[in-house]
Amino acid sequence: MAALRAHLGGKQANHPSMQIYLPIAEVSVNAFVLLGLGGLVGFLSGMFGVGGGFLITPLLFFIGIPPAIAVATGANQVVASSISGVLAQLRRKAVDFRMGLVLTAGGFAGSAFGGVVFDWMTKRGQIDLFVQLSYVLFLGLIGAMMLQESVRALLRARRPGVQMIRRAHVHSWVHGMPLKVKFRASGLYISVIPPLIVGAVVGFLSAIMGVGGGFIMVPAMIYLLGMPTKVVVGTSLFQIIFVTAFTTLMHALNHHTVDMLLALLLIVGGVIGAQFGARAGLRLKAEQLRILLSMLVLAVAGKIALDLLLTPEELYSITVLAQ
Amino acid sequence: MIRLIVALFLLATPVAAEEIVSGLSQSQVAINANFDGSAILIYGAATRTSPPPDWPLLQVIITVEGPSSPLIVRHKERVAGIWINQGAVEMEDAPSFYAVATTGDLSDILSKSEDDHYAITVEHSLRAVDSASDTLNPKDYVAAAQRIRTVSDAYRLDRNSVLLLQQSLFRTEVTLPANLIEGIYKVRIFLTRGGKVIDMQESQINVQKAGLERFLFNLAQQQPLIYGLVSLLLAGLAGWGASEAFRRLRF
Repeated sequence: MAALRAHLGGKQANHPSMQIYLPIAEVSVNAFVLLGLGGLVGFLSGMFGVGGGFLITPLLFFIGIPPAIAVATGANQVVASSISGVLAQLRRKAVDFRMGLVLTAGGFAGSAFGGVVFDWMTKRGQIDLFVQLSYVLFLGLIGAMMLQESVRALLRARRPGVQMIRRAHVHSWVHGMPLKVKFRASGLYISVIPPLIVGAVVGFLSAIMGVGGGFIMVPAMIYLLGMPTKVVVGTSLFQIIFVTAFTTLMHALNHHTVDMLLALLLIVGGVIGAQFGARAGLRLKAEQLRILLSMLVLAVAGKIALDLLLTPEELYSITVLAQ
Repeated sequence: MIRLIVALFLLATPVAAEEIVSGLSQSQVAINANFDGSAILIYGAATRTSPPPDWPLLQVIITVEGPSSPLIVRHKERVAGIWINQGAVEMEDAPSFYAVATTGDLSDILSKSEDDHYAITVEHSLRAVDSASDTLNPKDYVAAAQRIRTVSDAYRLDRNSVLLLQQSLFRTEVTLPANLIEGIYKVRIFLTRGGKVIDMQESQINVQKAGLERFLFNLAQQQPLIYGLVSLLLAGLAGWGASEAFRRLRF
């Protein structure tokens, strides 16, 4: 009997306790990796004034979180970082609420439509491709535009004596549309149609890519709507809260893909990182910040483009169907 | 005629005389928040009413099979320079986990017909759904699914990982991975001699999420609206809390 017991005496597995099992993603991940990831993205988002969704979602793919869960949980994380950011902007009175509400209305419509497209693409097995292409296209475009613009601004600032010409009111096609409304905080009197469209496009991207869309919203507000830079970040963050909250809720209701534990770890890392990032950002010039951000955006786009272009090691992939 | 029956009886008896007595180190696995895989010890003995034959030697095969679900296998092809999912094959219930532990090379200790009969190797659990799909080679897809799951360590074939002492006592340890899914895990123990299965025993391991994991998963499935709102509330509180905390720290 003693021999039998000795024979059976298996070793007890020795588990380090920093691994955490995510209840919805059904994978086990190192908790410090998630906190660090959240912190890093939070730092960058605090520094540049973007939600950081465009970084967190691909990074979650990379550490093995299933895409559907990464997109839904990424949206939830952006809610937290946007609230943290908007509160800071609110104290500076840099939020145009009326504009924010118009953008949000467009955003809800775009997000709902994005959810429908997401489902359809998932069924056809092309969702990964669609998400990747969206990333490459939008990040590449915005990154390139931003880089070009900020390099030019930096060069202009280096040459003393040349004054930057700034017109208070640029009249473009935007001003010829009907349904004009006064946006006092922005000092604008324009049609509600362009902000509705901008909001809808960003809402659509939010549902598909799990991003807040600040990287597209901010340039659209400046260049398309002609809003003054001081209210852009606050207003963008304000509407991103509602659009990403709506996206989170849609995914939670329709696909049960929001992982609360994953979101919580990312958020805790993220909100702390964001505060340090915001302080670091104060030390840099606006042009330098934008060049860095544009290079970051381009790097993410480039990485995803390479994934699409290079021959993958495994040509087959498997998707588990829900029972 | 009687001689023949007696001869058959004599032939059959020693084979049927060995039976499995076995146990598992645990029949319940709880997936809690810090779950990081679990090692299951499977042990037992072959009990006999008469002395065992000298040859062929006793061999042991142990399988552990996780809950199954249907799969879609997709194949990427290069279209206009980028890699796009083109062909797809649906597979019937494929096990999420399948480990085979043996005392030797399967080709030596298990005959093809016995393998087919008891469906011991994982190939028997992998089948493409018959359909009028225009995919040319569903076999490639099924093989790819097996390859992918073998690479990710969900399907394993561990030769010589069952320890067999004195042709009777056996034990093996099967490590359930950290990214385990819930459900009933089926454990089968086979005794073979000369490629023939002489006894088989089945038992179960119940893998369940526990504590917080169980609560969150159920809430997400059964009360998605409340779950979504709680997620948002947490996000809101965290965002506001961080902003307040750092504002206080600054002054």
